[in-house]
Amino acid sequence: MIALLLRDLKLAFRAGGGFGLGLAFFLIVTVMIPFAVGPQSSLLSTIAPGVLWLGALLACLLSLDRLLALDWEDGSLDLLATAPLPLESVVTIKALAHWLTTGLPLVLAAPFFGVLLNLPVPGFFWLVISLLIGTPAMSVIGTFGAALTVGLKRGGLLLSLLVLPLYVPTLIFGAEVARRGATGMEVQTPLLMLAGITAATIALLPFASATVLRINLR
Amino acid sequence: MIPDLGKYGDTVLSSYAVSIVLLVALIVFSVMRGRKVRAEMERVEQRMSRNG
Amino acid sequence: MSIAAKANALWEYANPRKFLATSERVLPFFWIVSITCIVVGLVWGFFFTPDDYKQGSTVKIIYLHVPAALMAINCWLMMLATSLVWLVRRHHVSALAARAAAPIGIVMTLIALLTGAIWGQPMWGTWWAWDPRLTSFLILFLFYLGYVALWEAIEDPDTAADLTSVLCLVGSVFAILSRYAVNFWNQGLHQGASVMRAGAVTGADTEEKVSNIFFYPLLICIIGFVLLFIALVLYRTGTEIRARRIKALLARERVGG
Repeated sequence: MIALLLRDLKLAFRAGGGFGLGLAFFLIVTVMIPFAVGPQSSLLSTIAPGVLWLGALLACLLSLDRLLALDWEDGSLDLLATAPLPLESVVTIKALAHWLTTGLPLVLAAPFFGVLLNLPVPGFFWLVISLLIGTPAMSVIGTFGAALTVGLKRGGLLLSLLVLPLYVPTLIFGAEVARRGATGMEVQTPLLMLAGITAATIALLPFASATVLRINLR
Repeated sequence: MIPDLGKYGDTVLSSYAVSIVLLVALIVFSVMRGRKVRAEMERVEQRMSRNG
Repeated sequence: MSIAAKANALWEYANPRKFLATSERVLPFFWIVSITCIVVGLVWGFFFTPDDYKQGSTVKIIYLHVPAALMAINCWLMMLATSLVWLVRRHHVSALAARAAAPIGIVMTLIALLTGAIWGQPMWGTWWAWDPRLTSFLILFLFYLGYVALWEAIEDPDTAADLTSVLCLVGSVFAILSRYAVNFWNQGLHQGASVMRAGAVTGADTEEKVSNIFFYPLLICIIGFVLLFIALVLYRTGTEIRARRIKALLARERVGG
């Protein structure tokens, strides 16, 4: 299992794929926002938590179609399916690798991008916390979407259409935590809901992803 | 003929129009595709029975 | 007939040939009754019900808005049930029925959203508000779109049926989650689902009731929409079965020739 994780991580860094791209995309979205809505710092600081969450979500989405596609093309996915390791673990590892190469960098970079958008000071802490709790769910849900569309040519657009509605609860509660945190309101309820969704998706969704992957590998 | 709808006449009529157009379109498209597929199946079956 | 025998008799309709023969027989009945119900309900509602004292004549939109909204949700439930049947018992008719139902669900959701927007304009002063009910329907609409797009994208019919079934199951869970999330996120303008509450009919709760004058034509419209949905699903499932048969025949021809 650890070997598989290390292999995935190595591949991600060597191809220069998920790691750099996602971050760069997040940065560009953050930079474009003031051009779109105007430079007033009061407006920016109001929308900063939501915009940063949305930017992180889209950056996450961007790297999903490479999550399984490379392994599918060179046939290593078939090997993994016949390996003694259950497919459920394989998809969990894949999701973990995706989170380590895409989600975690986004979480770490978010405070710096928050400065660009005039995020209020108490918001920094809650933004990082909410992203830290929310991004694993995004990786796991994304793995499910990638498993659904793995056999398709030009699956990228379809992948977005399938995955984005599934991101709705995570986005709502995550952005709510960041927003309430930024304005100094109480954050316990959305934070618990966010954590609950993440825990449930991590626990249950790999089974669905593995089922779907088995169907696609048939 | 049309009852007095008061100041909301446009609202009511437009929502009836939109809904009925959508429903009719759904039925018409379903029936059109159904007819086409049925005709094609009969054609294919006939060809198969001739050849086979 | 014992319950087991009855259940077996039900499964016989999973045979495509039997399904086609039976649906052919009952379809005219469903078409005629459903369209009659809808016409009668709408004409009754449109011409022979008074205006609401608060909402004026816009209350007449209810005869389209509520049945469409009900069917939009029930259609997804039906797809969920048929998807489960396909995954457990592998009856092709079941998977094809889910596929046939999805576009109907899209149209119903669209009708509910559009009539709602047109209704909301004079009542709330806006076409669209990010009210929980409206937002949930919009999300449901997105789920339908993704589901149909996945069906269209996959070549092999059995793989497509499997994948869309799993998507339908997972999507249902997330749709319910979204419903709660959206509720938490914004408390809304929309009144409660007054039709289905017992008090709504008897008028026990005076605040948000749909009174009897409006209720009977509405009930007829709902029955009409349900029957129309059944007729459309039966008809479209027949189309899907035939399309599937064409595909199989052509494949056999290619192999044989």
